[in-house]
Amino acid sequence: MGFTRSLGFRAGLLSALILLVVLAIWHVATLSSAPVAAAAPALTPEQIEYAKLMGKDPASMASPAAATAKSGFPTLAQMGAVVAKNLASPFYDNGPNDKGVGLQLAYSLGRVGLGYLLAALVAIPLGFVIGMSPLVYRALDPFIQVLKPISPLAWMPLALYTIKDSSISGLFVIFICSVWPMLINTAFGVASVRREWLNVAKTLEVTALRRAFEVILPAAAPTILTGMRISMGIAWLVIVAAEMLVGGTGIGYFVWNEWNNLSLPNVIFAILVIGVVGMLLDLMFAKLQKAVTYVD
Amino acid sequence: MSEHFDPYDADRPLMMGCSCGRHRSGAEHAAAELRARSETADFELYSNEFIEASLVKALFPQDAVRRRFLRAVGKGSAMAAIASVLPVASLQAMAQEKGGAIEKKDLKIGFIPITCATPLIMAHPLGFYSKQGLNVEVVKTAGWALIRDKMLNKEYDATHFLSPMPLAISMGAGSNATPMNVATIQNTNGQAITLSVKHKDKRDPKDWKGFKFAVPFEYSMHNFLLRYYVAEAGLDPDRDIQIRVVPPPEMVANLRAGNIDGFLGPDPFNQRAVFEEVGFIHLLTKELWNGHPCCAFGTSTEFIQKNPNTFAALYRAVLTSAAMAREAKNRELIAKVIAPQAYLNQPETVIAQVLTGKFADGLGNVKNVPDRADFDPMPWQSMAVWMLTQMKRWGYVKGDVNYKQIAEKVFLLTDAKKVMKSLDMKVPDGAYPKFTIMGKVFDPEKPDAYLAGFAIKRA
Repeated sequence: MGFTRSLGFRAGLLSALILLVVLAIWHVATLSSAPVAAAAPALTPEQIEYAKLMGKDPASMASPAAATAKSGFPTLAQMGAVVAKNLASPFYDNGPNDKGVGLQLAYSLGRVGLGYLLAALVAIPLGFVIGMSPLVYRALDPFIQVLKPISPLAWMPLALYTIKDSSISGLFVIFICSVWPMLINTAFGVASVRREWLNVAKTLEVTALRRAFEVILPAAAPTILTGMRISMGIAWLVIVAAEMLVGGTGIGYFVWNEWNNLSLPNVIFAILVIGVVGMLLDLMFAKLQKAVTYVD
Repeated sequence: MSEHFDPYDADRPLMMGCSCGRHRSGAEHAAAELRARSETADFELYSNEFIEASLVKALFPQDAVRRRFLRAVGKGSAMAAIASVLPVASLQAMAQEKGGAIEKKDLKIGFIPITCATPLIMAHPLGFYSKQGLNVEVVKTAGWALIRDKMLNKEYDATHFLSPMPLAISMGAGSNATPMNVATIQNTNGQAITLSVKHKDKRDPKDWKGFKFAVPFEYSMHNFLLRYYVAEAGLDPDRDIQIRVVPPPEMVANLRAGNIDGFLGPDPFNQRAVFEEVGFIHLLTKELWNGHPCCAFGTSTEFIQKNPNTFAALYRAVLTSAAMAREAKNRELIAKVIAPQAYLNQPETVIAQVLTGKFADGLGNVKNVPDRADFDPMPWQSMAVWMLTQMKRWGYVKGDVNYKQIAEKVFLLTDAKKVMKSLDMKVPDGAYPKFTIMGKVFDPEKPDAYLAGFAIKRA
């Protein structure tokens, strides 16, 4: 026990150290290199005006140390300010084109949840059928193999053209990309339920429905959940791309909007948020998976 | 202690965003200021005259015809004649009984976050749409292809277009043929050729062989003007340079990364490239064709037919907005209104430089070009014919093109001819003023001869 605790402790320490090193590298790399030229001589009125139009403070230009890099990679301080600003009011709503990051996340999560749910409703029953019948398994396999690797963005124009509604198109893209791992894993899990268990069920003459729910489902549950976990990861990956393309609302739109403004700090902030939320979603499924795992 | 500051109000932040202390942000303050300006009798008179003048100009592009017509029928019946055609009829009815017969109140209008969309965007915070009895949502859209798709699937009721787009969509170039209309031109001028700072000494387009350029969309004035410009310098735009379709914000990022050598793009991205110190403004497109159209406001023919009064109300709102945007004294405030996150999401100083025409050119000079961007709403059909000649020139449309027929179908200048015929007037041939582009006069009466005069072309 003491050993594991100290391992956990040491791992935590190492993580913190790595984070510190990364932040230190960031800080050093973004330190503005002071201009080589010494204090600029008196500026002409036109030069002062030009500097103002370029978004620089001509007064501070005289002292080279104060000249900061306006564009390029943000410094840690700039990054911190952006994070604080975004987190200070995550749920403001200024009309359709300007919402807080919390609201945008809610839109994305809603979309992912719905698309994912639809995918689960289709994939799990279908996976069951495929897994129970080797014939169907073999017949559908080529289709699944062809459709599985298609990128979400490749579906988008087709979806927009046929569905004629951008938000439903977004849902469709999440659906079509998250359906395959669930389908394949369910089919695999169902197909590899132990023969003995099925034979026992047969000798006890249980009905097909009872066999499916009381023998196959618990046996295949860990595999099915693995598929669901992979699918959730994919759905969360897809949503950002889809929203960047469709626009409107969501964390992907937030990224696009800040990209439009060439605001790297905000984009980095969004990336961090996407990562954290993705991790939480994955943790949720890890918990679920633990709950259904059994030991033979 | 005035009510403006009131430091003892518990719910009120001490630091107000604007100088007068009454608004949450500088943008809201500017919007309130502009709204106040729009409510003066002066402006109302000006904007009514502006709208009427636009319509009369639309009906009588040739001065001689207009004079003859007005003398023959007198002012009263001339106004009646104008009033009896779309969209004036409904406009005047609207003026008398406001909100009378609007078919569709809740509208969605798409826009791309560039300064070309200024009238369309600012009409929202300034309340010009609601004044016409419309509940309009202006929706920021991620790209031109998406604008096209959302117009085709009717998610948007009307939209910000690149002016060649409705022509292309109506003809079925790059999409299924669906009739679209241009109601007004959103902006004139307002584009520029921006080059990477590393090309400061390559100001002659003859030295551009092998350059990579970006434009925002194939069916755009940007593409046609860039092709025209390099071809005049003797370069073949398909062989000697590379032209890529790249969304405007990515143009600046690509310029920084050295992926492209320059772009002919919409503002504020030319100015943004200067602001980011990665590019300089080689020339304003105004120098190629002063007064050239760029973006447009339009919708589908079906929408106009189904909702004539709604369309008229929209049209009036956008024209009022254009009237406001044309006045130089309003430009600085407009920049404040449209710069925030909900609209263009750009530094205010960048927008202000574009709109006021006092800008840093990226080479260390401050330039003063008040008409760098302008908002003349006339959808002259000869502009459409020019776009069609360029589409044909570069192989975007093949075969015989009935220039005038398409131009008149798409560029809505009212159905004036019918009325004039009924008044026994000699019908003018349409709205075909001539233009001068890079010193060459374009005669819309002879598009094929114009096309044949180019040394470099595909058709």
